[in-house]
Amino acid sequence: MKSIYLDYSATTPLAPEVLEAMQPYLTQHFGNASSIHGFGREAKVALDTAREKIAAALGAQPQEIAFTSGGTEASNMAILGVAQNFAEPRHLITSRVEHPCVLNPCRELEKRGWQVTYVEPDATGLITVNAIAEAIRPETALISIMHANNEVGTINQIAEMAALTATRKILFHTDAVQTFGKLPIAVRTLPVSMLSLSGHKLYGPKGVGALYVRRGVKLQPLFFGGHQERERRAGTENIAGIVGLGKAAELALANQVAEAERLRVLTENFWQRVQEIFPKAQMNGHPEFRLPAVLNISLPGFESTALLMGLDLQGIAVSNGSACSSGSVEISHVLRAMKLPKERAVSALRFSFGKYTTAAEVETTLQALTKILKKS
Amino acid sequence: MHLNSELIKQANLAPGAGETVVVAMSGGVDSSVAAALLHEHGYRVVGITLNLWDYHASGGNVNLESGCCSIDTMADARAVCHKLGVPHYVSDFREIFERSVQQNFIDEYFVGRTPNPCVRCNTFIKWGALLQQTQDIGGNFMATGHYGRTRFNSSTKRWELRRAVDGQKDQSYALWGVRQEALARTIFPLGELTKPEVREIARGLDLKTAEKKESQEICFIPDNDYRRYLRERAPEAAAEIGAGDFVDVEGNRLGAHQGFPFYTIGQRKGLGLALGRPIFISAINPDDNTIVVGDDENLRHSDFIVSSVNWGAQYCPADGAAVSCKIRYRDAGAPAILLGAEPHSVRVHFDAPQRAITPGQSAVFYDGDVVVGGGVIDRVITSNGF
Repeated sequence: MKSIYLDYSATTPLAPEVLEAMQPYLTQHFGNASSIHGFGREAKVALDTAREKIAAALGAQPQEIAFTSGGTEASNMAILGVAQNFAEPRHLITSRVEHPCVLNPCRELEKRGWQVTYVEPDATGLITVNAIAEAIRPETALISIMHANNEVGTINQIAEMAALTATRKILFHTDAVQTFGKLPIAVRTLPVSMLSLSGHKLYGPKGVGALYVRRGVKLQPLFFGGHQERERRAGTENIAGIVGLGKAAELALANQVAEAERLRVLTENFWQRVQEIFPKAQMNGHPEFRLPAVLNISLPGFESTALLMGLDLQGIAVSNGSACSSGSVEISHVLRAMKLPKERAVSALRFSFGKYTTAAEVETTLQALTKILKKS
Repeated sequence: MHLNSELIKQANLAPGAGETVVVAMSGGVDSSVAAALLHEHGYRVVGITLNLWDYHASGGNVNLESGCCSIDTMADARAVCHKLGVPHYVSDFREIFERSVQQNFIDEYFVGRTPNPCVRCNTFIKWGALLQQTQDIGGNFMATGHYGRTRFNSSTKRWELRRAVDGQKDQSYALWGVRQEALARTIFPLGELTKPEVREIARGLDLKTAEKKESQEICFIPDNDYRRYLRERAPEAAAEIGAGDFVDVEGNRLGAHQGFPFYTIGQRKGLGLALGRPIFISAINPDDNTIVVGDDENLRHSDFIVSSVNWGAQYCPADGAAVSCKIRYRDAGAPAILLGAEPHSVRVHFDAPQRAITPGQSAVFYDGDVVVGGGVIDRVITSNGF
């Protein structure tokens, strides 16, 4: 049985070009970028080059990029790093539909006395600019709102939200793990203070990510150690991973518009066909402001775990609610925050397409889905 | 990996032809071997571990983390499935387990009965929600590592649940609630094997669960202190009931107890009464929060009513049908007759009075190895007719 992977929002395979770019840095160019000798220089140059690539992808300056161990660390670094600038607890704004790597640092800050406003999304998972404007208080120090939601694909109007902070002394962070490389992002027109990104959502390796930190934004470090990453992130750099991230970003940008369109058409066709097979199907998320390759749908009358297993047993990998530690699933906090009726929430499945998804795979998936949906 | 072919033959499983079987995998040795045997016999095995209750919301970082539903057990089940090359899933049945098993457990104690949560779990979770899920994913059968056997009786046209070959391990007592249509879809791969044989198969397969110890009695009370559990889960109800009186069979007050939910019929220890002779709880009266204690003879009764009955090999047997009736898990069973059988209830009369017939516990009726039916002990009929 040939497997079909339709869970690209969870993670992606490493692109062969990325692997090729990384390989020398796992073997012969193994140097420590802090070393003065030739081995060290080789690593340092690779580090600088990757930093330039990420900066270029964002329209940023290289010194505004700090490499991390991934999206989670980047978002923790942004939120906790800003908070630790303040001697007294302040106020921060986030939303109910953020990834746990944003929600949980916020909860941690609540324990330290911070006031946190969790803005509710609308029924499409969208956080409105208005809701953010209303939540701002004189003591607000930080706003963290995701660029696009990982579960339903809804894209937020980050530029407008970030603009609210321009005349105030408020920092704005966005988790762009789902959008970096997929949507055009230019920090010149997107006035965010910080932006998190990750390698493995973009055909790069796991264990590497970055935080864009606008010049002038001060962050306290999470780790204490060497002087790496301009003293923002101690620890010997993961050169191979960072090179992989740089290469992945470069590849994504080279073909960004055409690939987004190809995936949009593929996703749209799939959704049309699902509705033909099962007219009761409902799409979750925003009908317009959405990632091109993420489709979260509810199939009322079915239970998402059983649907997921039924597809998996036919070799097709999709996702339902967010995975929890035991491998079991519960209704996702995103669908709950969107206040979907229970029948709709428990029957939700997320299909996320990617670089290697073909029309033939989508066709096979439709057949497999039909087999399950027609049974009862 | 080495399979002991003699033992495998002994399991006496019908060979499969690619039928999909969902195996309920606890992460223990029994369900691991059940999965391995089915795999070996040509079935398409799908392992599912049930997530029934939280160790903690995150599941793990607390002191008691080796029992069922911990991350470790799920990893054990996953490792076994991976070794067999079959898929493994975790199904989240916490909500229905809370409703059908845990809440019922609490409710029963608070009406003065002694519940049997494993029976409820089998009836409503495994042969309820999981069997439904089995069908939803296109599975043909469901299997577990229980020690029991099934057989279709072609003359009565009924599925029969039977005791396992290993009398020490037989679990048919806890399986009486499995209905006919569910039994038809059930495979018990271990029914013909003894526990030592199962372990030997596990060792032969080099399963990491081969030497795992037996699971505890009530999985969701890892410290085995059900009184603490009741107090924590129902603090208001416990406070409202408050302390009550121990009385003797004539109704004379003998001392104070902590509230009727915290005691069970037949209990001797922890009563805090010193009467110079062994005394036992013989009745619990929720109406006035009194607990009757008496001598061993006061504990013995012959007649009781069973409700929530599920008829197995025979449907509503005729008056006077002779059976062997088990009234607790660790019990050899005693000769009895059934009277006035109805679809959901029956009266049982023991040939000789039996000790501690406990409302809330299960009564299971056997004809030899075959389960005739079973139900929940509703009330004891005392000699004066009540």
